[in-house]
Amino acid sequence: MQEAAAVADTRAAASAAIALSGIDITFNLKDGGRYQAVKDISVSVADGEFVAVVGPTGCGKSTLLNAAAGLLRPSAGAVGILGEPLSGLNLRAGYLFQLDALMPWKTALQNVSVALEPQGVPAREAEERAREWLARVGLRAFTDRYPHMLSGGQKKRVALAQVLIRNPKILLMDEPFGPLDAQTRQIMGNLLLDLWSKDRKAVMFVTHDLEEAISLSDRVVVMSAGPAATIVGDYRVSLKRPRDIADIRLDRDFHEIHRQIWQTLKVEVQRAYAAGEGRDMA
Amino acid sequence: MNGPSRLRITVLQILVMVGFLLVWHITTTTALFAEPKKMQFFFSTPIDVIARTWKQLSGGEIWYHLGVTLTETVLAFIFGATGGVLCGFVFARKELLAAVFDPYIKAANALPRVVLAPIFALWFGLGIWSKVALGFTLVFFIVFFAVYQGVREVSQTVLANARMLGMNEQQLMRHVYWPAAMTWMFSSLHTSVGFALVGAVVGEYLGSSAGLGYKIHEAESVFDVTGVFSGMLILTIFVLILDAIVTMIENRLLVWRPGQASTGANS
Repeated sequence: MQEAAAVADTRAAASAAIALSGIDITFNLKDGGRYQAVKDISVSVADGEFVAVVGPTGCGKSTLLNAAAGLLRPSAGAVGILGEPLSGLNLRAGYLFQLDALMPWKTALQNVSVALEPQGVPAREAEERAREWLARVGLRAFTDRYPHMLSGGQKKRVALAQVLIRNPKILLMDEPFGPLDAQTRQIMGNLLLDLWSKDRKAVMFVTHDLEEAISLSDRVVVMSAGPAATIVGDYRVSLKRPRDIADIRLDRDFHEIHRQIWQTLKVEVQRAYAAGEGRDMA
Repeated sequence: MNGPSRLRITVLQILVMVGFLLVWHITTTTALFAEPKKMQFFFSTPIDVIARTWKQLSGGEIWYHLGVTLTETVLAFIFGATGGVLCGFVFARKELLAAVFDPYIKAANALPRVVLAPIFALWFGLGIWSKVALGFTLVFFIVFFAVYQGVREVSQTVLANARMLGMNEQQLMRHVYWPAAMTWMFSSLHTSVGFALVGAVVGEYLGSSAGLGYKIHEAESVFDVTGVFSGMLILTIFVLILDAIVTMIENRLLVWRPGQASTGANS
């Protein structure tokens, strides 16, 4: 039921929403040195699949996500998006950042409606749709607030609406709920799953929280400690949906999966700390 | 614990003023230090200064001079801020331009602008434009550096997010860079309005036939100390009003900023 899934790149890359193959990412450091963040990573996310990428801090999982977003060009390897090679930014994907990414000089409503401007949606219609989306993420009463007047969780809701209003085929999420407190994280996780279940976008969700990874996803990919991180595990999570993030953690199958993945992850976490890599290149 | 109460602070502030005026009054009207006549020649007396100020403000002439100074200040600010925003913006977006001009901008900014006043009087005459030019050189650099810095330090996350939303250069300009630049322009508002006024008054002081600086200079040239102090008092009131207006504009325009506080007057 939850044995290690076959290595991802053996699947037909053409049908995958995201297909990373043979990705190497090396940074040229300021002092003239080089740092290889990830090495020869191949992983793919099928259409409609929710994949979580876990790994110790500093393993390069965000770097990998940025490669899928086109924010960063890999030193070697290919990025395929919906069957086409990616060049430039991946505009078919929505990207949810870990840090505050809202424009502080725009209200919640303006932040969401502006996301439709690049698609050429008229301002009136954009505003109407933004209102709908804010209501959908539970912020009906907060449309005219500026980001600094919103709580951390509310800001994430606005960011979620901003990303989803464009109706991207793919969602890329970089520890989006990392800065939130435990309860808010659960609420946001359930909101995300609820919204996702409506049209099942392909999701690549980066986190260092294994419980969060399992409770949200269909598949958990484990990355090794950096430098030159690779993939050391790929597990299918066949827990039933719809799920409640809080409840599912009490499920016996959940514990079994958690135990399995943790055995792999634990080694990497310990290696990361032993090498003192936990600090930089996060 | 709470800090001292508002009322207590106000009372103490008033006491400081009363104390200052009292010391001034006693030293200039009694023979404590020197003959009162002599003291009054050098220091005037608070009552004379206040009386003169009141007389000036209730008369019509001073308003004309205030109007001239205000016009110069506003023009210097508008031209300086516009130039500063545009140049700061362009330089922040064009690395090469910024790198090439960097030493020249630093050199120009290091120059004490007051020495330019006579040159400007030569170029633009003794009317308001030489004062506007002096104010411009002061305001321009303040706004320029603020905007330059502000645009370069736009949050990389906000920028990456806007790009991922599919914004093109023009849309990034409109929704990210421009608001960032305006923020920094407004955050330097108090300082730049103050400097616009400094430019105007110093320019008038060094050569003109109208304005507050001229009035003060006129009083000085006949050793009318009461007139000088009265001019300074009017100037101070003028600055405080201007600063209050700036604060009002700032609060209105920067409503989105967390814990918006004024940057403090500087003039």
